[in-house]
Amino acid sequence: MPSALINVPKKAKRGDIIEIKTLMSHIMETGYRHTASGDVVPRDIITSFTCRFNGTEVFRADLFPAIAANPFITFFTTVTESGKFEFEWIGDKGFSETAQASITVE
Amino acid sequence: MTNLDHTTRRTFLSLTGGAATLVIVRPVDATTAMLSAAIRNVVGEANVRTGKVKLDIPPLVENGNTVPMTVSVTSPMTAGEYVKSIHVFNEKNPQPNVGNFYLGPRAGRAQISTRIRLADSQKVTAIARLSDDTFWSATADVVVTLAACTEEAI
Repeated sequence: MPSALINVPKKAKRGDIIEIKTLMSHIMETGYRHTASGDVVPRDIITSFTCRFNGTEVFRADLFPAIAANPFITFFTTVTESGKFEFEWIGDKGFSETAQASITVE
Repeated sequence: MTNLDHTTRRTFLSLTGGAATLVIVRPVDATTAMLSAAIRNVVGEANVRTGKVKLDIPPLVENGNTVPMTVSVTSPMTAGEYVKSIHVFNEKNPQPNVGNFYLGPRAGRAQISTRIRLADSQKVTAIARLSDDTFWSATADVVVTLAACTEEAI
């Protein structure tokens, strides 16, 4: 069962630069490992992560097999108004997960 | 007799030495070519200069499966002057790309952190694309004791 951990401050002052921390549970199978019988374990990774604020994209990342399991990504953004952050992870084998976090800007 | 012994020993050493260099140099060349190809893919014909980028990664890691990494870029992050993207590459993993991170002026601070995998002791390079389409880079050497990707899956 995939699960996301999001860390966004609940409140901020207008114009503040805030740090957002995200973690999505995922095996991030590289596609370069073999089983004991010699078969390649097929690649199964998250390939794309996007963060939108009130519908506008504020951060995006392309991920490769060199990103560790349970991708942990932190980044910064400037907040100018109250609203909702939407996070989206897309990957192999039809993986697609979303999460949300709200912030109040005073 | 002693002369002959010396010659054979010398010949043996030079032969084995030569063979060892051949074996070692080939794959390194191959991955370096992959790395420069991956970097060219991102920067095109542009010149990549050293500076402005700070790559924080431990110089010695025990477990290559999860290596914390932070990339920050010196930039005022205003509408006129900001960091467009940060690209991270490695030298010796099976694939040269690690991640591409796209920012904009509203990021406020050009800094990202994540955790990466390293299959061997190697160089890690971060390249930043600024709003004026110049490219800046930083490189760090990492020694890995336990490599990622090598253990067998169950």
